[in-house]
Amino acid sequence: MTTLTLTRARATRRDPDRYKRGVARWVVLALVAFTAALVLVPFAVMLMNAFKSPADYSGNGPLSWPESFQLDGLKTYWTQVRFEGKLLNSIVIAGAVAVLGVVLSLLNAYALGIGRVRGRLWIVAAFLLANMIPQEALIYPLYSMAKATGLYNSRLSVIIIFTVIQSAFGTYLLASVLGTFPKALLEAAALDGAGRWTTLWRVVVPTVRPTLSVLLIFFFIWTWNEFFIPLVMLVDNSTQTVPLALASLQGDRLMDATTTNAGALISLLPTVVFFLIFQRTLTRGVTAGAVK
Amino acid sequence: MPSSTLSRVKARPGRGYWWYLLPGAVAFTVVVAVPFAANIYLSLTKWSGIGDPRFVGLDNYTRLLHDEVFWTSFRNTAAMVIAMVVVPTLVGLVLSATLFDVIGRRFGPKAASFLRATFYLPQVLPVVVAGILWGWLLRPDGAVNALGEAIGFGTHDWLGDPGTALPMVMLVMIWVQIGYPVVIFMAALQRVDPDLYEAAEIDGAGWWSRFTAITLPQIRPETFVVTLTCTIAALKVFGPVWALTRGGPNNATTVPSYFAYNAFFNKLQVGYGAAVATALTLVIVAVSIGFLKAQRRAEEEAS
Repeated sequence: MTTLTLTRARATRRDPDRYKRGVARWVVLALVAFTAALVLVPFAVMLMNAFKSPADYSGNGPLSWPESFQLDGLKTYWTQVRFEGKLLNSIVIAGAVAVLGVVLSLLNAYALGIGRVRGRLWIVAAFLLANMIPQEALIYPLYSMAKATGLYNSRLSVIIIFTVIQSAFGTYLLASVLGTFPKALLEAAALDGAGRWTTLWRVVVPTVRPTLSVLLIFFFIWTWNEFFIPLVMLVDNSTQTVPLALASLQGDRLMDATTTNAGALISLLPTVVFFLIFQRTLTRGVTAGAVK
Repeated sequence: MPSSTLSRVKARPGRGYWWYLLPGAVAFTVVVAVPFAANIYLSLTKWSGIGDPRFVGLDNYTRLLHDEVFWTSFRNTAAMVIAMVVVPTLVGLVLSATLFDVIGRRFGPKAASFLRATFYLPQVLPVVVAGILWGWLLRPDGAVNALGEAIGFGTHDWLGDPGTALPMVMLVMIWVQIGYPVVIFMAALQRVDPDLYEAAEIDGAGWWSRFTAITLPQIRPETFVVTLTCTIAALKVFGPVWALTRGGPNNATTVPSYFAYNAFFNKLQVGYGAAVATALTLVIVAVSIGFLKAQRRAEEEAS
């Protein structure tokens, strides 16, 4: 399918004059590039001010080019929030949720998509419904339960909650993927004497590995970016995540303009790095999610 | 081939697979079903979070119907739908078709994917970080006002003035959201048969008629997915409002989720907050079901 499209594209490009009509295409390019530049302006302003000294900022305002390249804002923010701790919290929480969420989705989807257990349509509908429920409609009971069990303000509370919330989506997606799993493969495994457990790990998992890895990355990034439940559950410096650290310093007198910009820069860097690493997988995954 | 084994495989659909649902069932009961039911119960009580909840029946709901702030929050949700669904979908359709059809084919796929990544960049960062960055840009002494002064436009308290606060929140949400439809629609366009476009071009169809006659109908499934997921996201929006305005000034930018959060954790009106959250759930479920029905009807008409 991909190769077909590629050869077609190449074939069309070999016929050049049809596409060289007029200056209209340059106007279109300029318009789209201008829109893209507008999207980038806030990032540019942030970068300019993240590397200024406070004196430079108060003297020349937010729109000037930095007089010299200063790392003070970045250092202040890093030490102020003890950023390495936040980074670790975010990695532990998002990583655990990604792995556990995928495993839970897989087990559910195995029973629903391949096991075709009775009433599966209702069960899938329940997972779909769980996807729609706003977190506000769960938060107060979860908050009370966390307080009662001593899990309040622990990373574990957030890991448990997001594992379940993410796997609602994962189950929905994987159940429909496994619903079309080739019967021949399952029958061959049964002939070889493989039980259900062996079939799951030796036959099903290797076959749907691409989908599982997309889910893993999605769960990781979604959990990393979550805000509402961590805001309620994680109240102290030792448990907070990267986005929360920035948010909880908002309005603090220590947060002058350069520190705010430096903090925003440090906080968005990890996600931009993930994006660059996983760009291909994600684009593929977005499509898979959209077609299902 | 021993046919007995085969028939045995076929003869036991379902049974034995129940075990695999057990961890999920327990987890969902504890984290979703019980809290959701408890929240509905709380919405029928008056409770400050300490002591015992007092059962008051539907009082919270009748109070909601007469609460001006509640209605404001849902009006603001309509504004969020415009900013997060209507504008990004329309702009995203035009941008992705342009990137695919004009930029990608005449300036190369590299240029198209670079521009696509640019539009997607705001989607990548935690939305609350985006909110804090914009909150600083729009502050009375922030970059927007510095620019305004430099070009002789004067300054304005963009987020502090009830007249401009909501439009500014909408602007930020458009900026955050625009990349999502662009990426999905561009991926969708990959599967449209290029022969369709070539045939249309040979027939002398211009860009606009190719857009309306080929692009739009071909990527209809993705358009449904984008509008549905974005509408649910718009109904649930919380982080940007928290970071930009905390619902202010004077509730001008409050949304249902922030309204519920405020009732739970700032005003300590747990029962009332639970009623708001339940009402929001009902709206989301109703909208989603409406969407899915409309999609099914559209698919039936198309086939």
